[in-house]
Amino acid sequence: MQKSVISIGPYHPLQEEPELFMLTVEGETVVDIEVSIGYNHRGIEKLSERCNFDQSTFVIERICGICSTSHPFAYTRAVEDIIPVEVPERARYIRTIIAEGERIHSHLLWYGLAGHFLGYNTVYMWMWKLREEILDVMEILSGNRNNYAMFKPGGVRRDINSDDIPLALKKIDAIIPTLDRLKKAILDDPVLHARLKGIGILTKEEAVDYCALGPTSRASGVARDVRKDAPYGAYDRVDWDMIVTESCDVWGKAVVRLLEMYESIKIVKTCLQNLPGGEIDLNIKSIPPGEGIGAHEAPRGETFHYVRSDGTNRPARHKVRASTFMNLPTLKATVPGSSISDATIILAAIDPCYCCTERMAVRSREGKKLYGGQELIRLSQEKTKKIKREMGIK
Amino acid sequence: MNLTLKALLKSPWVFHLSTGSCNNCDIEILDCLTPRFDIERFGMRLVGSIRHADVLLVTGSGNRKSMLRVKKIYEEQVPKPCVVVGIGECAMSRGMFIHSYNCPRPLDSDIPVDVYIPGCPPKPEAIIAGVVKLINKIKGIE
Repeated sequence: MQKSVISIGPYHPLQEEPELFMLTVEGETVVDIEVSIGYNHRGIEKLSERCNFDQSTFVIERICGICSTSHPFAYTRAVEDIIPVEVPERARYIRTIIAEGERIHSHLLWYGLAGHFLGYNTVYMWMWKLREEILDVMEILSGNRNNYAMFKPGGVRRDINSDDIPLALKKIDAIIPTLDRLKKAILDDPVLHARLKGIGILTKEEAVDYCALGPTSRASGVARDVRKDAPYGAYDRVDWDMIVTESCDVWGKAVVRLLEMYESIKIVKTCLQNLPGGEIDLNIKSIPPGEGIGAHEAPRGETFHYVRSDGTNRPARHKVRASTFMNLPTLKATVPGSSISDATIILAAIDPCYCCTERMAVRSREGKKLYGGQELIRLSQEKTKKIKREMGIK
Repeated sequence: MNLTLKALLKSPWVFHLSTGSCNNCDIEILDCLTPRFDIERFGMRLVGSIRHADVLLVTGSGNRKSMLRVKKIYEEQVPKPCVVVGIGECAMSRGMFIHSYNCPRPLDSDIPVDVYIPGCPPKPEAIIAGVVKLINKIKGIE
């Protein structure tokens, strides 16, 4: 059959960020998918290397607006890994509260957008209305709606005022009945069952092969969560469960996210109720030379940061690997074979975040040759040699 | 004020264009549409096609790859008259990305911007206030 290419993007009403999907279709069926990114690339790793360790947290926070806690969390853990130090108990709890609040609002956001893609605009409006309540809680606790600016290497920047805790707890309790109603509406809806079950299958073997992370892997039966596997923050001090389903499809991913919100609410409430006293910051004065790694389970999966220090007050190298970078290739396994109308929700099911994932690649104009770092350096050196030859300098 | 501009202000339809932002401003724009803020009561609607838009809400620090598209969209596809609103610190001055290798020029060197809404990200209230101010200014009410 004749093949044709449908391009979605880079500016498309489906997406809030610019990216380009090229779907190769045979009739109604998608046979291949190609993703083109780079419309969001801002060179943050390089920017981070010209800031000092404290300033970097602000730059890292702006990698992605939705994961604005996950990246600083992983980064500060990487810097603390260089020294190495243990952060004070109160700071651990505050970090956990902010991180879990972010998870709730991120999952609600995903639900809203998924509902919108499926034609359920009611779900979209309800979820985002509920999300405002969570943002209010975050505003009470941290002073900001989105970029919380709470993290710094060695602790947290601001303390949670004990007078604010009762109001925050009251607001969180008020969310639960609405969430229960939405949960019932989603889980009992026959149309959503028909629409989401059995599409975008990512088997357990494929999830392991593609190194899928977060809800994408947990929906395929891979019980992998940094918060359980290598506890940090206050995750080993509170009682919570890892949500794993075996259904492998888009429905499974939706259920994992729905139930994870309940776990996050449980963690936030427990942490707020048992917030220990004491210092919130270690006041780190200098960072010795060395390397450190830090990981955090972001709403979309594990976020991983690597920082190398050379003894100055700036990172010598900072490497970011966001969760979508690992989840995006799974589309190669899930999208081909589905119909065009299902492709939308399968693309959205991994909760893609392109501003986290952005990379720069240098490609030759002819053909599709990609240049790596070593090759670029070699090309640069050859050009210098060529110019020298032309100018007659030996 | 000519007739097209007058008709435009009655119910401005907005299109949202990201030029390499961190998503926060984009989400705050979508927040404006949801029940708590609900800008549809002012007649504003987020439209799916650039050819239906009266107002462009531009976010982001203007990266090399996307600015080419934004320029093309502004010059060839948007029906004129069109009002451009720069949302967030990045659209104003590139904010903390001013030293980035991939954000060479500020947004207003490529397309004309009528109003800036500062903030990182601006709150939905600020976005609504900015757009209302712009409408009043065009109408001549100050």
